[in-house]
Amino acid sequence: MDDAQLLRYSRQILLPQVSLTGQEKLLQSKVLIVGLGGLGSPVAMYLAAAGVGHLVLADFDYVDLSNLQRQIMHSSAELGQHKSVSAQKKLQALNPNVQITLIKQRLKEKYLKNIMSDVDVVVDCSDNFATRFALNAACVRSGVALVSGAALRWEGQVAVFFPAEKNSPCYRCLYDDNDEQTETCSEAGILAPLVGVVGSIQASEVIKVLLNIGDSLCGKLLLFYAYTGKWRILKLHQDPTCPVCTLK
Amino acid sequence: MAITIKFFASLREQVGKSEVQIELSDSLTVGEVWAQVCDNSPLPIHILMAVNKEYSKQDTRVQDGDEVAFFPPVTGG
Ligand SMILES: [Zn+2]
Repeated sequence: MDDAQLLRYSRQILLPQVSLTGQEKLLQSKVLIVGLGGLGSPVAMYLAAAGVGHLVLADFDYVDLSNLQRQIMHSSAELGQHKSVSAQKKLQALNPNVQITLIKQRLKEKYLKNIMSDVDVVVDCSDNFATRFALNAACVRSGVALVSGAALRWEGQVAVFFPAEKNSPCYRCLYDDNDEQTETCSEAGILAPLVGVVGSIQASEVIKVLLNIGDSLCGKLLLFYAYTGKWRILKLHQDPTCPVCTLK
Repeated sequence: MAITIKFFASLREQVGKSEVQIELSDSLTVGEVWAQVCDNSPLPIHILMAVNKEYSKQDTRVQDGDEVAFFPPVTGG
């Protein structure tokens, strides 16, 4: 780290649990963020600011006016632009030290396998079951940690999965893959700062996983209801009938 | 035996209550508890269930004093 970097990250290096060693570890880390919308915005911005060395950003969508109420990585000037390009611009302005790789097309299984090979953590900020199940399966196959977040209306959920550990549950243990879709933000609505809360929890879980510190939400599901300000943490178990876990 | 049932987030409005206590003469599964409290309406798809803050499935058996909780699924981002 040069002097500018030492100063840039000084408030984080001050934390005894991070220190210089931890900061250097962050700078050498590579994180895949899938979805650059409401959750992907705070996740990518906080991880870039915190000095995660290499971010791989995946989204196939374009910035729409209805996104700007909550997807704070994009601004009015980027309307109509590819979200990954808009994100890259914002993150590079925030922290030019960060290396950024863009994935502009829909994530195909074959492609996912390649990306997974040298990624330290995957952050699921997507908005549909199909992507969530595909990412989960790829993480279980490659033994890569998955930090999953979701938000809708006033409700948010965060869970962390460590598929490399023997009896750890996976996302598919939590939800059945029965082709049914749940509501989307465009149908049910979403509170702007809710994605900030959920995404920020995801980003802090990523940093803990990368540095192997603290108590992570591994094997737990955190549920947040912004309308009443209430939290709950549920303990998860591996489902003995889970088709993804049984292939491990 | 007595159990407490809780409905979280948007399920509170959907079901019209946030917490119910019921007396049972015999042991029920989580799915049967839902049916009893929600006028036999089918269990919503992808609903999350927990007994005493541990994730459970609809066939999990409920014991005296248990807290059964239901949560809506969330996939948006
Ligand atoms: Zn599983």
